[in-house]
Amino acid sequence: MVNFGFKLSSSKRIDLDSSDSDLFLKLKAESGTITQCIACGSCASSCSAGNFTPVNFRKAILLIERGRNEEAKELIKGCMLCGKCTLVCPRGINTREIILSINQYYKKERF
Amino acid sequence: MEGDVLVIGGGPAGMETASRISDFNRNVILIEKERELGGHILKWDRLFPDGVPASDVNNNLKESLGTTKVLLGNYLISIEKREDYHFIAQLNSGEIIKCSTVVFATGFKLFPAQKKQEYGYGLYERVITNADLETRFKKGDGLGKESPKRIGFVHCVGSRDEKICNKQCSKLCCITAIKQAIELKQLYPDTEIYCFYMDLRMYGRGYEDLYLEAQLKYGIRFIRGRVSEISQDQSGLVIVKAEDTLSSRPLKITLDWVILMAGIISERENDFLTQQLSLQLGEDGFINSVDPIQKTNQTNISGVFVTGSATGPKTLPEVINEARSTALSVNEYLNRVKNG
Repeated sequence: MVNFGFKLSSSKRIDLDSSDSDLFLKLKAESGTITQCIACGSCASSCSAGNFTPVNFRKAILLIERGRNEEAKELIKGCMLCGKCTLVCPRGINTREIILSINQYYKKERF
Repeated sequence: MEGDVLVIGGGPAGMETASRISDFNRNVILIEKERELGGHILKWDRLFPDGVPASDVNNNLKESLGTTKVLLGNYLISIEKREDYHFIAQLNSGEIIKCSTVVFATGFKLFPAQKKQEYGYGLYERVITNADLETRFKKGDGLGKESPKRIGFVHCVGSRDEKICNKQCSKLCCITAIKQAIELKQLYPDTEIYCFYMDLRMYGRGYEDLYLEAQLKYGIRFIRGRVSEISQDQSGLVIVKAEDTLSSRPLKITLDWVILMAGIISERENDFLTQQLSLQLGEDGFINSVDPIQKTNQTNISGVFVTGSATGPKTLPEVINEARSTALSVNEYLNRVKNG
């Protein structure tokens, strides 16, 4: 193909009309606490892995709620399950349980 | 007609002030421009945070009016302060009232949502306001017999918006939206409900609990971002656009209904009265207190008091408490001027 020096980029827009809510609903059923997030960022700021890797639990569960599961997966890959985020969460969200559930959802992959 | 106190406005603030002042055996005249007492709570179905019926509160307030002389369908056309401490007011009916003190319980106005044109209120059938929804709740209609698929609440319509000259936070809409979202979820358990907010200001007792309940028990979803525009598709559904600011991405959703949380703005209809008395107004149009901490119900003119939402957005318990304190201040003032 001729290279014209430009490319088409895919839309960044979140379209809630056609989002994939399968994983979100599963997590909601298993641990209702996922809906309690107030996006304060305590989990991400206390994260041992977050300083050096893309790990960000706050953003991961937000993206799962918006149906962006593939992107969310990338944001918990470096998690070492230390549990500091569970300790600091002011809403009592069981973060480790949620991460393990996501892992189970994508059984073949390992963190 | 002569009286000790003239209370302007027959909403909760005016009614409570009038009934408490008449408890001191003072002669109180209460005027209300509408044909019924109650003000804004007349249109409301249930009240946050516990869902008490607004009509119960209104009936209690009306019952305790005591010896207050109530003039319905009346409003002031002029008012003046005499050399002595008296005030002379003229009503639309032509009646002249002579009184020793005046209490402004003139309240607020809901923001006219059609002014925010990009939201299409008045154009799209399925875009309604918080007040419209309360009217529907009151009639028992809800949003129709069939369960809607998706409903969205748009916070801060006419609040925190310099473009339409309302910088202030209306403070009651956050909790009202959550109350109404829960009520809708109780009516339609299978409906998905979204709230579009900038901040959720859950400052009162029990408000944060209600927010948590909305998330946990009712599964109401919250998206941080101000709605930028609303449009309609061919089938009459409404398309809402906002930025999901927590993930920094534009977002789009098609909804069956949109509820606009119209904010609280100052009641500008009484500006000619405040001008005649030289009362100080703030930039937001609400009446200024002489001291915002210790003398919230006194104005820069002695003998003129102000109570309730005439000095800014307030919750009902705040209004009732302030009305009681205003009654005390008015009584103290009357003791002072009448006993020399």
